[in-house]
Amino acid sequence: MLEGLEAAFFYLFALVAVASALMVISSRNPVHSVLFLILAFFNAAGLFLLAGAEFLALILLIVYVGAVMVLFLFVVMMLDVDFAEFKQGALRYAPIGALVGLIFAAELIIVTGGYVLAPELSSSVARPIPDLAERTNTAALGDILYTDYIHFFQMAGVVLLVAMVGAIVLTLRHKQGVRRQSISAQVGRTPETAIEVRKVETGKGI
Amino acid sequence: MDDSFFSFYILPALIILAKSLALLVILLIFVAYILYADRKIWAAVQMRRGPNVVGPWGLFQAFADLFKFVFKEPVIPSGANKGVFLLAPLVSSVLAMAAWAVIPVNEGWAVANINVGILYVLAISSLEVYGVIMGGWASNSKYPFLGALRSAAQMVSYEVSIGFVIVTVLLCVGSLNLTDIVLAQKDGIGTWAGMPNSFLDWHWLGLFPMFVIFIISALAETNRPPFDLVEAESELVAGHMVEYSSTAFLLFFLGEYVAIVLMCALTTILFLGGWLPPFDFAPFTWVPGVVWFVLKVCFVFFIISMAKGVLPRYRYDQLMRLGWKVFLPISLFMVVATAAFLKLTGLA
Repeated sequence: MLEGLEAAFFYLFALVAVASALMVISSRNPVHSVLFLILAFFNAAGLFLLAGAEFLALILLIVYVGAVMVLFLFVVMMLDVDFAEFKQGALRYAPIGALVGLIFAAELIIVTGGYVLAPELSSSVARPIPDLAERTNTAALGDILYTDYIHFFQMAGVVLLVAMVGAIVLTLRHKQGVRRQSISAQVGRTPETAIEVRKVETGKGI
Repeated sequence: MDDSFFSFYILPALIILAKSLALLVILLIFVAYILYADRKIWAAVQMRRGPNVVGPWGLFQAFADLFKFVFKEPVIPSGANKGVFLLAPLVSSVLAMAAWAVIPVNEGWAVANINVGILYVLAISSLEVYGVIMGGWASNSKYPFLGALRSAAQMVSYEVSIGFVIVTVLLCVGSLNLTDIVLAQKDGIGTWAGMPNSFLDWHWLGLFPMFVIFIISALAETNRPPFDLVEAESELVAGHMVEYSSTAFLLFFLGEYVAIVLMCALTTILFLGGWLPPFDFAPFTWVPGVVWFVLKVCFVFFIISMAKGVLPRYRYDQLMRLGWKVFLPISLFMVVATAAFLKLTGLA
């Protein structure tokens, strides 16, 4: 399995990922939390790379770190919340939080502990798993997403579209009396429509 | 310690280190002269003389600037968030240089020739926004913060259209490897029109609208004029860099220019045929590929530099309108149109 350098890198990435995940919930400054979350994503991408899933690693960076976390950081920086005050009542809810955490942990242990690959798996997958040398995992993912399961993919796309339309409908407000600029009207201006030359009599204003 | 450990781990590591070092040194010297060229071109547009004192024709100006910055006193504002404040310029310069690892300057001349090279460049360039945001926030000051907010929105917006432009190119190529993208441009419109392996084969002709969108989006992505609202000196003094001085400022500055040259190199690879010569006959094919690559990068940089000289700065709402209402629909449509064209003609 993992040997030599690969193992060393695995432990490095895993250690930094876990440590930065801990820092996300323990650091006092929310902006630091977000920055540590970014570091955690980075290390997760490193783990993907070690597993040979270079496409997933880079998509994780592009989508989560490059776009989602920027918006997160944006929002957190704009918030002016006193988090020390916010955390004072936190101890009251600690038992409930601990209970939820315990349930999650138990579920995870049950799921991962009882997890076995179905024996008939190799015959039931849509297409056999080719060797990495002859099919890159970008192409393999493409086959699965856009060829084998294209209808599910499109349904997911429709769901996202509906969510987007919903978000816009909920937040869109038509304000009355707003002066908007019309780009075409601005660009379409000519000296004839924009300038008016008047003959002004001496000693009088317009 | 046996022999195989050395030949398997140490030797490859040393070779990669030497390659990276060579690339970085050449890149940084190139960037120094790109900076000089930028100032000279800008000066020529405004009928000034530009840098002309340090060295013959001012050729050593960039190095003089380097020493000036390094020997200045670093000032950290008392209200700044010190760790993030110092991390920000490092993030911005290191990321800009890291993206160069996959850029092939000639056939086989890349530090890392990886399968998903273009995605790597896209990922790294989408992370560059963090240097700006972190610097702007950690300075704990109004102008840098406004600059950071502007840049976050601007860079995320234009990444979308850059992504779609890259997708159209990838549709034509069928590979995410940067070397494959260049090699695919040996065959195209020029071959069909009777001029095989010429500059007409490159993607700029077949995908001309995307070529234009890519260059304009690259300007916005690197915060170059006319989209330099992040550091608009008449409104925000210098945006996210206001509170920075000395080496930290230098790192920001360096990161910015390395990112610009990266975008020029990416334009060259995606649309101008990388290291391929423009004509497939004698005097042109004698010139080594790396020379063509550098010449094309310089050509794209000249366009970007002239844009700085001749165009007024955009207003922020116009910038957002251009990104979301003009470039996004056009590039989305072009993705669909290109895919349909390739499918119907059976080219892909």
